[in-house]
Amino acid sequence: MSSSPSTSLPVSPSPPPCSPEDIAAEGLKPTEYAEIVKRLGRHPNRAELGMFGVMWSEHCCYKNSRPLLKQFPTQGKRVLVGPGENAGVVDLGDGLQLAFKIESHNHPSAVEPFQGAATAVGGILRDIFTMGARPIALLNSLRFGSLEDARTRRLFTGVVAGIAHYGNCVGVPTVGGEVAFDPAYGGNPLVNAMALGLMETPEIVKSGAQGIGNPVLYVGSTTGRDGMGGASFASAELSAESEADRPAVQVGDPFLEKSLIEACLEAFKTGAVVAAQDMGAAGITCSTSEMAAKGGVGIELDLDLIPVRETGMVPYEYLLSESQERMLFVAQRGRESELIEIFHRWGLHAVVAGTVIAEPIVRILFQGQIAAEIPAAALAENTPLYHRELLTEPPEYVRQAQAWTIAALPPYTQEGIIVVGQSQTWTEILLRLLDVPTIASKRWVYRQYDHQVQNNTLMLPGAADAAVIRLRPQLDTTQTPDTLVKGVAATVDCNARYVYLNPYEGAKAAVAEAARNLSCVGAEPIAVTDNLNFGSPEHPVGYWQLAEACRGIAEACSELATPVTGGNVSLYNETLDAAGNPQAIYPTPVIGMVGLIPDLSKVCGQGWKTEGDLIYLLGQSDPSRIGLGASEYLATIHATIAGQPTLIDFDLERRVQLACREGIRHGWVRSAHDCAEGGLAVALAEACISTGYGAAITLEKEDAQRWDELLFGEGGARILVSVSPEFQSAWESYLHHQLSDAWRVLGAVGSADGFLEMRMTGQHPLINARIGDMHDRWQGSIERRLSV
Amino acid sequence: MKFGIVVFPGSNCDRDVAWVTGGLLNQPTRLVWHEETDLADIDVVVIPGGFSYGDYLRCGAIARFSPVMQATVAHAAQGKWVLGICNGFQVLTEAGLLPGALVRNRGLNFVCDRVSIKVEQSRLPWTQEYATGEVITLPIAHGEGSYYADPDTLKSLEDRGQILFRYCTRNGDMTDAANPNGSLHHIAGICNPQGNILGMMPHPERASDPQLGATDGMRLFQGLLSAALALSA
Repeated sequence: MSSSPSTSLPVSPSPPPCSPEDIAAEGLKPTEYAEIVKRLGRHPNRAELGMFGVMWSEHCCYKNSRPLLKQFPTQGKRVLVGPGENAGVVDLGDGLQLAFKIESHNHPSAVEPFQGAATAVGGILRDIFTMGARPIALLNSLRFGSLEDARTRRLFTGVVAGIAHYGNCVGVPTVGGEVAFDPAYGGNPLVNAMALGLMETPEIVKSGAQGIGNPVLYVGSTTGRDGMGGASFASAELSAESEADRPAVQVGDPFLEKSLIEACLEAFKTGAVVAAQDMGAAGITCSTSEMAAKGGVGIELDLDLIPVRETGMVPYEYLLSESQERMLFVAQRGRESELIEIFHRWGLHAVVAGTVIAEPIVRILFQGQIAAEIPAAALAENTPLYHRELLTEPPEYVRQAQAWTIAALPPYTQEGIIVVGQSQTWTEILLRLLDVPTIASKRWVYRQYDHQVQNNTLMLPGAADAAVIRLRPQLDTTQTPDTLVKGVAATVDCNARYVYLNPYEGAKAAVAEAARNLSCVGAEPIAVTDNLNFGSPEHPVGYWQLAEACRGIAEACSELATPVTGGNVSLYNETLDAAGNPQAIYPTPVIGMVGLIPDLSKVCGQGWKTEGDLIYLLGQSDPSRIGLGASEYLATIHATIAGQPTLIDFDLERRVQLACREGIRHGWVRSAHDCAEGGLAVALAEACISTGYGAAITLEKEDAQRWDELLFGEGGARILVSVSPEFQSAWESYLHHQLSDAWRVLGAVGSADGFLEMRMTGQHPLINARIGDMHDRWQGSIERRLSV
Repeated sequence: MKFGIVVFPGSNCDRDVAWVTGGLLNQPTRLVWHEETDLADIDVVVIPGGFSYGDYLRCGAIARFSPVMQATVAHAAQGKWVLGICNGFQVLTEAGLLPGALVRNRGLNFVCDRVSIKVEQSRLPWTQEYATGEVITLPIAHGEGSYYADPDTLKSLEDRGQILFRYCTRNGDMTDAANPNGSLHHIAGICNPQGNILGMMPHPERASDPQLGATDGMRLFQGLLSAALALSA
């Protein structure tokens, strides 16, 4: 391949118009086809049409969501790289820089759970190491239908095995995440993977191609027909026929990825790499056009030079293949062989397959002909944008939910409540909630993930409200145990039922909960990566949910000073039923948040530490601001999805979280756990189960308040902490100052293997549960349902 | 005492071991690329956890043919120390340096957990810092860690005291529930008859750093150092 532009080659004659069937097959609309013809000044050929099809999909160009994403705050004193690159990067001080990003693989996982989930992990890891960062942690956020359903069990076990397969082999610990089950995800599970990496190269590697005449290197694995058109596939509803799209699911090779990580980081350190981009969605098409467009240059690429795993492929297949573990580099001219040698040492392909050219086009050569020639900007920047009409008032289902009041609940007493004609004690209700798979232990899941490799996992999964990883540059041999003081905490959160019933407040709650979870381990929340999992934006309700949720995220991220550094949008999460009616998932904007731990000796788990420690509840003290609307109690015990989530009070949220972090930093607070699904009673139970200590709790109730509101009401920025009696006065005087009356003493930690007792002063306990019983319900919930 | 830690392309615990031997114990430590053949400078060869060459065929089945393994066999034949952890144990059995095989976990799933391990004897450097019969806690992380050998081999391992570690309950009982992968005779780690080669599924290097809260694995490395000191004294 010569480095001079190949303008002397025969230009293919202007192709005939594409058929409506071909246009539709690429997921393009007739109006979009007209735009393509306008941008090209001619009709596209089949390969070019395919390139537009993937690049103009929602997955690649955010044509529906871009106007909404613009409102996110993206600047902050720690932000080094914001949205637009492969991953965001934040500054943690002392020369430590953290790259992080979240990505979805929902549709592939619905069709082929094992590989769909495995390649979710592979894809997000490439986003991280493409920046020059060594991946140090993985998290995932998963949604499935009900475990009573056999198909859900197959999807769930397949997804977990796929994540385990890839993450374990590649040697990056999977340290945290969330799994929720709801019939809303029965046909369309969600698989979101988040990765964190510590910058290892002196400079952050960007993706804009530069330097006319510089060689373009293809590195990594070979190209095959697997994963054809995955990006378009991801941007359409799932239907009964989607199973036939299984070829659109990629197949991952974690061993190759492990080698690719090492080879890429080594290559970046030579200084010979000008730019790099992972070949993820839309493979060669996306990487060439985005690198060219970002650099304001063009790229000419010869498909005949691409290493392949099968013969007879046509340009369309090369260009749309989503074969995994591949990257595109722009190298400094003359230093190609240096880079190629590194990749060969790791047993990987590396070839010069193209050149950076001045003309801002992507030109694809195949067998001596120009197979495609498109302005890079038309593929990657000047893409369609849809400003959709926003509903002027909430949709019908929300208005109905708003009309729900607590008066609709059955009669109750201090002993319990009548559920479907049967009286149940509050203790029985608590045990039932602990058995709900969404609340119950996820041990069955995380036990399959290697969560300790790399020797930096400070908080094991299940032990704390967020994952905590020690920051230890792996190749720096000058490190000693004394110099390792900083850590990073990470979490993924979203209560989608809140978002469904009130997208704006629910999205705010997701951000607030993520920050609260970080604060509970002692970390200062820093920045966000978001994964917007929604239904079709072409439906007014779907677009309203998306728009309202984006407004909520923007406000919350700005209020909590956690800018968004990137993320992923996954729309069309709908299943077409047999009658062709779309069934959308709950709108699920998953918030991935990272926080800084300045001193690793000052972190907290969620379980009680010592008998006799005092238990405090920080947060909302006004019972009217804590409610059962949208709660787990309402959904599980009363089969009611209604009401409204409680409103987020950002001022209270900030003050409570700061109090928690300061308490941990001073060494006063020995455990911290936020009150989420299931309210105070479930949070107390979890703190008991976690380390096996009981608790004796004295409740206070206002006359108008119901017992179930008191026990299971949600919201209110509440955090449970335990404090040694020796620090009582220092801690309480700090609380008076910091929180005025937004806290109270609840009781004390009880004996090991004891009871959780909750009572009003001088009365019989409302809740009296043996730790062992709670533990059994909670621990075995998922396994019991899988062993059907 | 110089540690050489073998690096296959798919090794992923190599740096974890190096952090313990080099970073925490301040011993000279060198990463040894799988194509290397000269181990003359190394006292202890460590084959770390990971997936050697992908392990798509059978764990360690390809690794045994690597240049570095030929050198390791020679190193072991001189009576020098060889430690295989997790994938390293699998490689040692494939290479014939230790008997038996590691097969798919009984529950079929990968298991990452902390488990109780009984130290069966403490006469060798590997275990001399522990008490015989002591129950320690070590992390495990494997999909194919169920130890298998034919009855004669098992009997010979028992008779010669080659079983150094067994899975047990917190109280040291060998119950079925305390066996995380279905290993025969609850075997978690064995040595060769001479005692210079140890293979174990648990990860001592993941329980050696006080900052991470678990330290039961550190005494294994310290036992080696004590032995080296005793030799040089």
